[in-house]
Amino acid sequence: MSEHVVPVRIYFIIFATLLALTALTVIVSGIDLGRLNTVVALAIAVTKAVLVILYFMHLRYSTGLTWLVVSSGFVWLGILILFTMTDMLTRSWMMLTR
Amino acid sequence: MSERSAAFAHQFDDAEQQHDASTLGMWVFLVTEIMFFAGMFTVYVAYRSLYPEAFVHASHHLDVLLGGINTTVLITSSLTMALAVHAAQLGRRRPLIIFLLLTIVLGSTFLVIKSFEYAHKFHEGLVPGPWFSYHGPDAGGQQLFLSIYFAMTGVHAAHMVIGIVILSILVWQARRGRYGTSYYTPVELSGLYWHFVDIVWIFLFPLLYLIGRHT
Repeated sequence: MSEHVVPVRIYFIIFATLLALTALTVIVSGIDLGRLNTVVALAIAVTKAVLVILYFMHLRYSTGLTWLVVSSGFVWLGILILFTMTDMLTRSWMMLTR
Repeated sequence: MSERSAAFAHQFDDAEQQHDASTLGMWVFLVTEIMFFAGMFTVYVAYRSLYPEAFVHASHHLDVLLGGINTTVLITSSLTMALAVHAAQLGRRRPLIIFLLLTIVLGSTFLVIKSFEYAHKFHEGLVPGPWFSYHGPDAGGQQLFLSIYFAMTGVHAAHMVIGIVILSILVWQARRGRYGTSYYTPVELSGLYWHFVDIVWIFLFPLLYLIGRHT
């Protein structure tokens, strides 16, 4: 089949990067950055996830249709969290929460 | 093996199209899995916004070292899984079986460490419910955090168990010479599943274990 064979070297580079990012996220979590702690942690997690999806899961070498399907999953995840939070965060003035 | 290679189901033009369709089908399934976990991540975000301090305090009950070791174990298992798919693509049966077995061993290691963590929580009375024995000022919020912790890591662990069963079937099939350079779709699609489970943990680790470290 015409499946793209990724060189083993790339797998090891991605693996090393993932380990380095794991160490980084642990180190940064020990520094008080206020609200930025969560932002940095999520940015690192998203970077790791994208590396796994693109290289370990071969999305980089997949068809355009597969790209579309994968993106749709994350778009709906975003919609779910965004709409839930716009509701949650705008309720407090009615004293409905807490 | 090679006799199978020419074969593809009659609705497809060629083996490549069949392969693309299989990959797409697996991704559609994984998108439903994203939505499955999305519900729980949304619950996490919603309750963390309501009880930010309790979440930070409750995070201290989790062992960052064990969580970190498990993250490393899982990332390594993703590497061995990727190498198993690589071996399958090149039609190397022995490396394929060895990398699949390594992946199974690493996955099992993750589950063993996780079970130690769970046992520890039971001993400390940190399991939400009637036996929850922590009585601090924000016990309610902490119990919510631990409920989410057990639900999400529990469902994640269930996915790992299913993954290990699937990989065991692959080892059995590979030993029978079922896979070759022209047919290894089950190995590749199982790899997609395994990496997906890894990605879920990549988010669970910082969101559950690390949010209290800077305080």
